Amino acid sequence: MSNELLKINNLSAKVEDKEILKGINLEIKKGEIHVIMGPNGAGKSTLASILMSHPNYEITDGEIIYQGEIINNLSPDEKAKKGIFLSFQYPEEVPGLTVESFLRAAKSSVSNEQVRLMEFKKNLKEKMDLLKIGEDYAKRYLNVGFSGGEKKKNEILQMAMLEPTLSILDETDSGLDVDAVKIVSQGVKMLANNSNAFIIITHHKKILDYIKPDFVHVLIDGKIIKTSDASLADEIEIKGYEWLKI
Amino acid sequence: MEKRNKTYVEDVNRGVYDIKNEVRYSYKSDKGLTPEIIKAISKEKNEPKWMTDFRLKSLEVYHKLDLPPWGPDLSELNMEDIVTYIRPDTKMNTSWDEVPEDIKKTFDSLGIPEAERAALAGVGAQYDSEVVYHSIREELTAQGVIYTDIETAIKEYEDIVKEYFMTCVPPKDHKFAALHGAVWSGGSFVYVPEGVNVDIPLQSYFRLNAPGAGQFEHTLIIVEKGASLHFIEGCSAPIHSVINIHAGCVELFVKEDASLRYSTIENWSRNMYNLNTKRAIVEKNGTIEWVSGSFGSKVSMLYPMSILRGERAKAEFTGITFAGKGQHLDTGTKVIHAAPHTSSNINTKSISKDGGIAIYRGAVKISKNANHSKSTVTCESLMLDSKSKSDTIPVIDIMNDKVDLGHEAKIGRISEEAIFYLMSRGISEEEAKAMIVRGFVEPITKELPLEYAVEMNNLINLELEGTIG
Ligand SMILES: Nc1ncnc2c1ncn2[C@@H]1O[C@H](COP(=O)(O)OP(=O)(O)OP(=O)(O)O)[C@@H](O)[C@H]1O
Ligand SMILES: [Mg+2]
Repeated sequence: MSNELLKINNLSAKVEDKEILKGINLEIKKGEIHVIMGPNGAGKSTLASILMSHPNYEITDGEIIYQGEIINNLSPDEKAKKGIFLSFQYPEEVPGLTVESFLRAAKSSVSNEQVRLMEFKKNLKEKMDLLKIGEDYAKRYLNVGFSGGEKKKNEILQMAMLEPTLSILDETDSGLDVDAVKIVSQGVKMLANNSNAFIIITHHKKILDYIKPDFVHVLIDGKIIKTSDASLADEIEIKGYEWLKI
Repeated sequence: MEKRNKTYVEDVNRGVYDIKNEVRYSYKSDKGLTPEIIKAISKEKNEPKWMTDFRLKSLEVYHKLDLPPWGPDLSELNMEDIVTYIRPDTKMNTSWDEVPEDIKKTFDSLGIPEAERAALAGVGAQYDSEVVYHSIREELTAQGVIYTDIETAIKEYEDIVKEYFMTCVPPKDHKFAALHGAVWSGGSFVYVPEGVNVDIPLQSYFRLNAPGAGQFEHTLIIVEKGASLHFIEGCSAPIHSVINIHAGCVELFVKEDASLRYSTIENWSRNMYNLNTKRAIVEKNGTIEWVSGSFGSKVSMLYPMSILRGERAKAEFTGITFAGKGQHLDTGTKVIHAAPHTSSNINTKSISKDGGIAIYRGAVKISKNANHSKSTVTCESLMLDSKSKSDTIPVIDIMNDKVDLGHEAKIGRISEEAIFYLMSRGISEEEAKAMIVRGFVEPITKELPLEYAVEMNNLINLELEGTIG
């Protein structure tokens, strides 16, 4: 149990009376990197949203066990405090709220202490440098007017600052230029260690040139229909998903 | 015990704003509105005959006028239940030490003496119907600046008061202007002579302590040619279970090349009907700048008006309105462009939550001769839930086609996705909403002087913190 981080048992979920997830099983241990691939509309983002307790999605069956505890009914902020992080496929824009003040509030909240301003600023600057994000972005309003790629990088910045235990990256690599994919991958690698884990949802093999996953899962029509090692991603790149459908 | 109609009052815990003192007075008029009551008030104040007559005429007008056919429901407001005049048991003092202890303490907790020491060139503090404290820095007096209560002004500067008093807002304007004309008491008189720039603001604070009472302070400010002033007005009252009414009147005269910034944060308890009238007349090249924060009250109807009478006169209006449970806040601004090359810039944000109603009601009129005038109106509303209501009712009336007009109104509900996004980073739902609301008003608060931005944000937090029964 000590190594077990997340266990999803027979998870089904719906949104607006539409059944999207139809019995997902998944086990993640600390230190592991899992990749989830699957065609558009398969339910990948739905799974990510459910893991983060999005209010529009409802679990109809099954359970999510995180660090030995059933977390089906925890609120998003409680989950964040337990170390779960979601890098959004489409990050929200929040006018009037600067990246810096938002991140400081978030960091204080997840670490359960008021982080000191100077310490925080230093930490933020370091992480921004690593991710090659210009200094002025700290003072900009959260995601407002950010390009698609900038929003994704900003998600990774948040991840790097909050240092979560379980990170779910929903197509963080989509819409990134080649250099940015590399930078984001480095961000993941910098954070990855034996006490945390990643779920990387992606359509592209490119990110796997930098990050070596332990498992690749294929999610189709609300179910994980195949799990294998990194070579599965290569196969999908060539053959698509049709051959996997029964 | 007196029998009173109980009013259903919802209120948040408003901390220092709710400190209630025992009601002590040296004079208190009877409830209701009769010529006898009006005469008694005038007599109590030792007024010249013209003022007594003015009051009585206003009372006649009051009885003739109907309630406005639009806006919030005022049917619960019964003037027969209201005590219009309560003189606290003290005179006007020039030292805080002379002010009765409990009254002084109230103003202390509202931060008035502290602000006076730190950042103000003069202070007026009104408690119920009369001003209990007044001060002005000597160097301003030496420059000819006058800052006092209206009662004193009538005695010492009778000609000036007589010339201007209720000429900008005549009693026949609407029912509550007439009411004000009849029962006005307290307020401020400011006169800034030609060419004098008052760099440090003056502040008047109006505190209504007594239950079932009305506050009707009159503010008359004259900024002469080329002079400038920043005047701050603050208002609050503790919560009571009976209706209180505030029908103040503000008349501002901004002369050629003069400028006036008039900042207000009103924070009434939720048993208050706030029916305030504010108006400025701006001459050639003059500027009026309004900053208006409307918080609290059960009902507010407040539409400061700028009459741009001289060429190139300018008006700026910045407003924030927050309506919570059981509140109906109908606020906005009016600008009348009555001369060529005049310009106005209106920027408002309103927030409603827990079933509160926040309406922007505004008007821009451009008269026939106002060639090349310019007006920009931006009003945005944010509803924090599906029970709350916001709307914008802008009236634009243009009699001239050589004008430049911009209008933008946005009404929206707080984004569930944005709340989820912030919550997913460990931020509680309450705090997530607060962050979004603060972000929403940020473009406005960042333009304000720091103390104001801080106070507005504090009040917003107070409003967001939720409701007690
Ligand atoms: N709020 C919603 N209302 C109705 N249908 C929804 C809603 N959210 C998701 N769906 C539907 O659920 C299905 C799964 O969507 P989801 O976003 O999980 O797919 P995905 O695997 O992430 O796809 P993509 O690769 O395109 O990101 C889709 O058919 C989508 O239209
Ligand atoms: Mg998706």
